[in-house]
Amino acid sequence: MGGDSKYLGLWYVAPYVIGLLLFTAFPFVASFFLSFTDYDLLSRPEWVGTKNYEKLFTRDRTFDKSLKVTLIYVFTTVPLKLTFALFIAVVLNYRLKAINLFRTAYYVPSILGGSIAIAVLWRYIFADTGLVNMVITGLGGEPVNWFGEPSNALFTITLLRCWQFGSAMVIFLAALQSVDKSLYEAAAIDGAGPWRIFRHVTLPLITPVIFFNLIMQTVQAFQEFNGPYIITQGGPLKSTYLLPLYIYDEAFKSFDMGYASAIAWVLFAIIMVLTLIAFWSSKKWVYYAGDKRS
Amino acid sequence: MANISEVNVRAAAIPPTEIEVKLRRQRRISSTLRYSLLTIVGLIMIYPLIWMIGASFKTNAEMFSSAGFWPKEPTLQGYIDGWKTSTPYTFGHFFLNSLWIVIPKVIGTAISCTLVAYGFARFEFPGKKILFATVIATLLLPNVVTRIPQYLLFRELGWLDSFLPLWVPSAFAGDAFFVFMVIQFLRAIPRDMEEAARVDGATTIQTLLYIVVPMLAPAIISVCLFQFMWTMNDFLGPLIYISSVEHYPVSLALKLSIDTTEAFNWNQILAMSVLTLTPSLIVFFMAQKYFIEGISSGGVKG
Repeated sequence: MGGDSKYLGLWYVAPYVIGLLLFTAFPFVASFFLSFTDYDLLSRPEWVGTKNYEKLFTRDRTFDKSLKVTLIYVFTTVPLKLTFALFIAVVLNYRLKAINLFRTAYYVPSILGGSIAIAVLWRYIFADTGLVNMVITGLGGEPVNWFGEPSNALFTITLLRCWQFGSAMVIFLAALQSVDKSLYEAAAIDGAGPWRIFRHVTLPLITPVIFFNLIMQTVQAFQEFNGPYIITQGGPLKSTYLLPLYIYDEAFKSFDMGYASAIAWVLFAIIMVLTLIAFWSSKKWVYYAGDKRS
Repeated sequence: MANISEVNVRAAAIPPTEIEVKLRRQRRISSTLRYSLLTIVGLIMIYPLIWMIGASFKTNAEMFSSAGFWPKEPTLQGYIDGWKTSTPYTFGHFFLNSLWIVIPKVIGTAISCTLVAYGFARFEFPGKKILFATVIATLLLPNVVTRIPQYLLFRELGWLDSFLPLWVPSAFAGDAFFVFMVIQFLRAIPRDMEEAARVDGATTIQTLLYIVVPMLAPAIISVCLFQFMWTMNDFLGPLIYISSVEHYPVSLALKLSIDTTEAFNWNQILAMSVLTLTPSLIVFFMAQKYFIEGISSGGVKG
């Protein structure tokens, strides 16, 4: 294709470039500037310097609470979900005749889980006289006040997202199935038991997908909105008032665009720092086949 | 653990020794344990959905009296009342709105992502490295940080309360994930056929249309299916941009029905929830293989 102009490829990616500039790059920069302004949509944005950030970090109790709840949510949901997904993938990675049937059954919640209908269902399942409490009392237990107790309420959202472990599991399963079987045999001949084979052969080989899932799920968990918005409305006592909910309220209910942008940037900074730490640490624990580092 | 079974298969011809008998027993136990565990977990996973379908045919009184899913006196009342909604529109109207959001968005995504992926995977041009890096960066960029200025931009353009804010960014290959997925797929396809076509005098756009697109079909179908599913499920987008009930998609209509029928008529809400999930379920079961392939090759959120 030597005769083509060297700009020909640019024509094909032009839609992306335009979209990138208009809908990503410009808003990204604009939100940074907005976070230093006071803007209520009625008058022009007014530059206020670092006032928004000062308020956030010194006087805003709601922000403190919201940040704390968000961190608790992310650091419980992501590990629980990924551990469960990996566990089921390992159990499933065997010569089972019904492997496809199980894979489908586990994947369905992932497909539907983002829907508002599932959040609605969750509200009914965990209601005082809902399905979960009926099962608990049926087994002779005490009914649990899921939405009245602050610690329980957040956990119902964690459970909802763990229920959607299917897509992470399918990625793990694909990685497990691509591990060279001869490595297992070699380890078995050397006398390694199932747990040691898993720990020292399987796990290192699938670290790239663990890393991928970890990053994607963390970025996503920090942006959880539908769950708390529909299931708990942020309550009780703001115990499920995650940062995206706070940003939404500030921006689209109070129309305090500047302040909302400042919260969004703090959230963004947290996600960035964690992502950078993950990338930096990945050199130490993620194994890439064909890599010269030993 | 697969090693044990393979060793076993090879040894099958020779009369079993004591160790082999032990290994076989271990394998049987392992297999039984796996099946039991997977079945129990599977049932727990699926039961809420089955219960929801059953409950949507129950009376309100029955719904909170038993954990079983089979309704004692099945009734369609939930569906009939729910379909009417508390608004001047039926639920069918909201379904049409959802389709009217989804279809142009899916078409725009498929076309723009194919063009852009073709550009990235098959051409060299100045700035390609940096642009490709932005695809990855956008993949990781949390939407939360761009949402407010996007809203302000669409407000300036007078697009609020229309479907344009939901359509247009996708038509400019705004979903980096899909671009990335198609690029990955395209990189794995050999270029021989395309080069032969070029030698025979085809232009790049002809090559794309007649050679590349047919080979890319599975990837493009995956893109369409995921976009369909995500857009049907999308709640925050319509919540921010659509303000009049007339334009509500199903997700907002469902939220509205909770707000207006709170504390009673739960069977109506569950009935409409079941209907909301039905298109996604049908599409998933018709095209499962594309979902599994799409997510195993590119990796997906969800």
